Amino acid sequence: MPIVHEGLAREFEYVTREDEREMILAQIEAGDALMQQMAYSLITGDHHAIDELTQKALGEGREANDILDEGLIAGMAVVGVKFRDNIIFVPEVLIAARAMKAGMAHIDPILSASGVEPVGTAVFGTVKGDLHDIGKNLCIMMMRGAGFIVHDLGVDTKPDEFIEAADENNADLVMMSALLTTTMPNMGRTITAFEDMGIRDEYKFMTGGASVTQEFADDMGADGYGDNAISCVAKAKELIGVAQTARSG
Amino acid sequence: MPAANWNPMTSTTTVTLLERLGRGDTIISDGATGTYLQEHGLEPGGCPEEFNVSHPDIVRDMAKRYFDAGSEMVLTNSFGGSKFMTRKYGFEDQVAEFNRLAAEHARSVAPPGGYVIGSVGPTGEFLEPLGPVSEKEMYDAFAEQITALAEGGADGVVIETMTAIEEATLAVRAAKDNTDLLVMSTMVYDPGPRGFFTMMGITPERGVKELREAGADVVGTNCGNGIERMIEIARLMRAVDDGFMIVHSNAGIPAIIDLEIVYPETPEFMAEHFKTLRDLGINILGGCCGTGPDHIKALGIALRG
Repeated sequence: MPIVHEGLAREFEYVTREDEREMILAQIEAGDALMQQMAYSLITGDHHAIDELTQKALGEGREANDILDEGLIAGMAVVGVKFRDNIIFVPEVLIAARAMKAGMAHIDPILSASGVEPVGTAVFGTVKGDLHDIGKNLCIMMMRGAGFIVHDLGVDTKPDEFIEAADENNADLVMMSALLTTTMPNMGRTITAFEDMGIRDEYKFMTGGASVTQEFADDMGADGYGDNAISCVAKAKELIGVAQTARSG
Repeated sequence: MPAANWNPMTSTTTVTLLERLGRGDTIISDGATGTYLQEHGLEPGGCPEEFNVSHPDIVRDMAKRYFDAGSEMVLTNSFGGSKFMTRKYGFEDQVAEFNRLAAEHARSVAPPGGYVIGSVGPTGEFLEPLGPVSEKEMYDAFAEQITALAEGGADGVVIETMTAIEEATLAVRAAKDNTDLLVMSTMVYDPGPRGFFTMMGITPERGVKELREAGADVVGTNCGNGIERMIEIARLMRAVDDGFMIVHSNAGIPAIIDLEIVYPETPEFMAEHFKTLRDLGINILGGCCGTGPDHIKALGIALRG
């Protein structure tokens, strides 16, 4: 269905890149008016509405997966674009993420019960010596929303804790966050610890954090870098694709 | 420029920092604290404020090295000294002690005319409704920290590295309501596709306006993305406000070389740009992450010859 929800139509105008307009529009048009209302409620961070609408949509017999893609994720895609383009900032993203969580509370149990394969499995921690977790928590929420299983290792995660958790959970991705410039090298040291065990190539490593840059990530030998929670998810998906190809080959 | 016949380091008369600002002097502040402490044994990610108790000599030496390098004001080792930050290390019961000692250590090595400025960083928490912390709880935490800094002998506070305007203005009010200290406040602005904003969406113009309304005597910016960006931000701030301003610039965006952090901007490079900031009417100049006594020395030479 083309966009009929007036609020969503206005929000969609913030998406200006042609490829993104096409991609997000396709997601929205796959759904109906109720999904558009959900996408809009997600963008505006109305978690009460998301809570009700998700239950309503499930009650009417819609697939959990469709609600996720056509409602929640379509909305979150607009949030991501607005965030990147400085239309909104961390407060608005946090509010949208909370709305996402309200929806996921109903969708998650159905998805896990139905045995739908997760997109991928990640272990995610703030590195040794760093106690900052706002960025990590935001990324985890977005990753879970996108269908990943994410094991949250918390803050101050030592290299051997990453190794243990990655092994135990059969992870595809090892994701590291750091806010402090002084603790960022511990991302590189964590990767080195995997190398020393001879298990570096079993995982893809992602890095992120306010001061982390692509150059940094490259220097430390990481496979990917996310500038923010939205690009974190995109990069994780890309790497999973890479990882799965590598395995099948 | 300072009056030619007045040397802050030898003067025995008590001139307050506010008076010096009022007479049009440019004040040289100090450089990084965390960087220095890590070079002197603080574990990456360790609690810097705990050093006030366990390593008082290192904290005093740091202040002394900055004063010796030409800093006219030195920031205390209390950036993460709020209840919320110290709690992450299990030290929340020692807020008063950590902050009082922080000010005392710097004061004990301050030459005549050298000012001690209590550093107050973010709590790391979001206010309601974004996060769990009420305005009162956050105000009380700042009041507790800033009162202890005053007791330890601070001349002023700088509420710094702020990104949320609500948090910054609460801290400014807590300082103004509970102490007689000179109150400065600086926020971190990043360049984005639509200009400079804090992570929480505050422009330099709005930051200046709201901090001023909350009662800040000196407003400005710190940390950042290198000193050239600071000049751009200073222009934006100056365009909307004639009051006293401060810039604490980091030494550029760090690179990792062999797993070590390297900041790109040299003392000489920064000194040249500090002159531009002075010419824009920024009253207090100093460094942030990646700067040290050598940067301060070069700044002094550039400004004073």
